[in-house]
Amino acid sequence: MKIMNLTAPAVDVATLPTAKMTARDVDVFYGDKQAINSVSIDIFEEHVTAFIGPSGCGKSTFLRCLNRMNDTIDSARVTGRMELDGQDIYSPAMDVVQLRARVGMVFQKPNPFPKSIYENVAYGPRIHGLAASKAEMDQIVEASLKRASLWDEVKDRLDESGTALSGGQQQRLCIARAIAVDPEVILMDEPCSALDPIATAKIEELIDELRGRYAIVIVTHNMQQAARVSQRTAFFHLGTLVEYGDTTDIFTNPREQRTKDYITGRFG
Amino acid sequence: MSEGVIIERAPTDWALPAMQARIGKRYAAERRFRMLGLGALSLAGLFLAFLLWTIISDGVTGFLHTQVEVTAKLDPDVLGIDASSISGPGGEMTLNRANYTAVMNAAARQRVEGLDVDIAAVISDGAWLPLRSALREDHALLGQEITIWVPTTSAFDMLAKGSIDRNAPADTRPVSDVQIAAFDSLKAEGAIRTRINTTFLSQADSTSPELAGIWGAAKGSFLTLLITLVLSFPIGVLTAIYLEEYAPKNRITDIIEVSINNLAAVPSIIFGLLGLAVFLNFFGMPRSAPIVGGLTLALMTLPVIVIAGRVAIKSVPPSIRDAALGVGASPIQVVFHHVLPLALPGILTGTIIGMARALGETAPLLMIGMRAFVADVPSGLDTPATVLPVQIFLWSDEVARGFIEKTSAAIIVLLIFLLLMNGFAIYLRNKLERRW
Repeated sequence: MKIMNLTAPAVDVATLPTAKMTARDVDVFYGDKQAINSVSIDIFEEHVTAFIGPSGCGKSTFLRCLNRMNDTIDSARVTGRMELDGQDIYSPAMDVVQLRARVGMVFQKPNPFPKSIYENVAYGPRIHGLAASKAEMDQIVEASLKRASLWDEVKDRLDESGTALSGGQQQRLCIARAIAVDPEVILMDEPCSALDPIATAKIEELIDELRGRYAIVIVTHNMQQAARVSQRTAFFHLGTLVEYGDTTDIFTNPREQRTKDYITGRFG
Repeated sequence: MSEGVIIERAPTDWALPAMQARIGKRYAAERRFRMLGLGALSLAGLFLAFLLWTIISDGVTGFLHTQVEVTAKLDPDVLGIDASSISGPGGEMTLNRANYTAVMNAAARQRVEGLDVDIAAVISDGAWLPLRSALREDHALLGQEITIWVPTTSAFDMLAKGSIDRNAPADTRPVSDVQIAAFDSLKAEGAIRTRINTTFLSQADSTSPELAGIWGAAKGSFLTLLITLVLSFPIGVLTAIYLEEYAPKNRITDIIEVSINNLAAVPSIIFGLLGLAVFLNFFGMPRSAPIVGGLTLALMTLPVIVIAGRVAIKSVPPSIRDAALGVGASPIQVVFHHVLPLALPGILTGTIIGMARALGETAPLLMIGMRAFVADVPSGLDTPATVLPVQIFLWSDEVARGFIEKTSAAIIVLLIFLLLMNGFAIYLRNKLERRW
C-alpha cells in the first residue's frame, strides 16, 4: 500500500523554524519484514513533535532510528537518508556515541541505573567529560534535576538509589539524566504510559517547559496528550506516515480519512 | 459450536457434598506435599549430621599427638659437631647433618630402661626432629642435658587416644602385651602427654602416620586453585561478555555455544589426560607441579564460569543497556559500567561452584602426577606438590592404622578450606548484590 508522502509540510513553511532533523524516504526492515515504509519528515527546533498511531504502526521504530538505537537489534536495517543539522546520521563518518549524546532518549518504562540519584544524572556528563571538576559536576546535576522539576523532592537524598523513587519521580530522573548531557533533541518513547495521571500531568508540564531549549519528539498512544503537549503531530499507520502537520490542524481538520477515523476513535 | 446457543447453567452450589469433598481433597494434597518436602529435608539433614559426626569423631584426634618425655645429652662427640663449627660459615649445614638419631636413641634407651621394650616401639622415627629444632634455636644447648618431649610411635599414640582395644587377642592388635605394660608404666610416671599436633599442621606427607602433615597438601591446593582462578575467571568472564554482547549470532557462535555446553559435561579424567598430553608431554612442564594442576583444572572450570557468566549477563534487564546507550555510552562502557556490575553476583556464584568443584577434584590430577608421594611442603608453582583430595585418597589407601584418623582430619581440613572459600565468595556476592 503506497500512499502519498507529505514531505516538507504543505503548510506555511516560512513561519516554521529551521528543521533540526530531517528524514527522507526512510525504510526500516526487521529481517524480511518491512516495519517502516518510505517515511519523510522534518523535526523542528523548539517544537514538540508527537508521533501518534495504533499499536504496531512503526512510530516507536521510527523514533529509535533518530538516534540509531535500532543498531542494537541485529536484524534491523535502515535505508534512506536521515540528517541532524544537515549531517547524515547513518554515514560511516557519524560517531554513534556522539549522536546519542546530541539526541537523547527517554524510554517507555522508567529505567534509572541502580545507582544513586546523583550518579544517575552525573553518569552522562562524566563519560563525555563535560565537567572539569566536582563543583562543576554538582552544578550540572543540580541544574538538570531542577530543569526536570525533581530537585526539590530529592535534594536532601542525592545518595539514595534512583530505583527507590516513585514511578513518576523515576521518569523525571530519566529526563534529568537525558538533559544532563545537554542534548539538542530529546526523544521520548511513550514516557507516561507507566505513570498515573498526576505524574503524567507533571511530565507533560515539564515537556512544555523543556520545549524552549530542545527539539522534542514524543511517541504517545494518548491523543489528548498529543493534543496537549505538541505543536506538530505525525500520524503513522501500518508503517507509513499518513499525515503530518500542525497539531491543531491534525486534530480539528485532518486531511486524510484515516487520520480522522483514528482521532475520532473509530479504529486503533 | 452451534451459533447463538447459550447453555443455561444452574447456579453453582458451593455447599454440595461433592464440592466439600473436592475442597477437602485439595487441602489434603497440600498437606501431603508439605509433609513430603519436610520429610526429604529431614532425611537430608540426618544424613549430613551422620556424615559430619563420623568425620569429626574420627578426625578430631588426628589434630592431637602423643609425646614422651626424654632427657637427652647434646654431646658434641656423639653429634659429630663442635661449638666452633656451628657458629662459623656453613654452620647451618653442619647443624643439619649432626647425628641427632644417636643422641635420641641413647636418651630413649635411658627412658625405657627396665621396661623390656625396644625403643623403636616407643619413640617415633622422627623423634630426633625436636632435638634439631631446639639446637637450632639455641646453640648454647650444645654439650648440655635437656629434657624434651618427642613424638611417640603411632601405636603408642593410638594407645594414648584409646583407639586400640586392649582386650582384643594380642595377635590382632598392633601392640604387644609388653608394649602395653611399658606404656602404662610410662604413663604412670607422667612421661606421656597428649598435645596439639603441630607437625600435622605444618608438615607434608610422611610414611609414618605420626609424622605425616596436611600443610603440604593444603598449600598445594591453594597454589593450584590460585592458578585456576587467575586463569579461568578473567578468561571465562571475558568469553561470556564477548559471546553475549558482541558476537554475531551465526552458525559459528552456535557451534561454540554447543561446544562450551558439552565441555562442561566432559568427565574430569578426560581433562587430566588432556593436561598430560598437552602440558606435560608437549610443553614439557614439570610433573606433579601446581602450575600444571592449575592449568588442567582451569580448563575444567572455564566452561562452568562461561555458562554461569552468560546466564548472569543475560539476566541484566535490557532497559539498563538502553538507558546507558541512550546517554551515549559506548558498548564497552555499557558493559563495564552497567552490565558487568549487575551480573557480577551471578558470575561469582558460578565461579564458586566451579572453584569448589576444582578444589574437590582428584581424577584429573592423578593423570598429571599429583598423586606422587611428596614429603616436602611445595615452595613454588613448579615444585612437586599434592592437593587435599588426593592426599585424602592416598592416606585412605595406607595400611598403617594411624592413617585412619589422619584421613578424617584431612577431610576436616578440606571441608574447612571449602567453607572458607564459599563463605568469602558469598560475602562478596551479598556485598555486590544490588536491586534494580
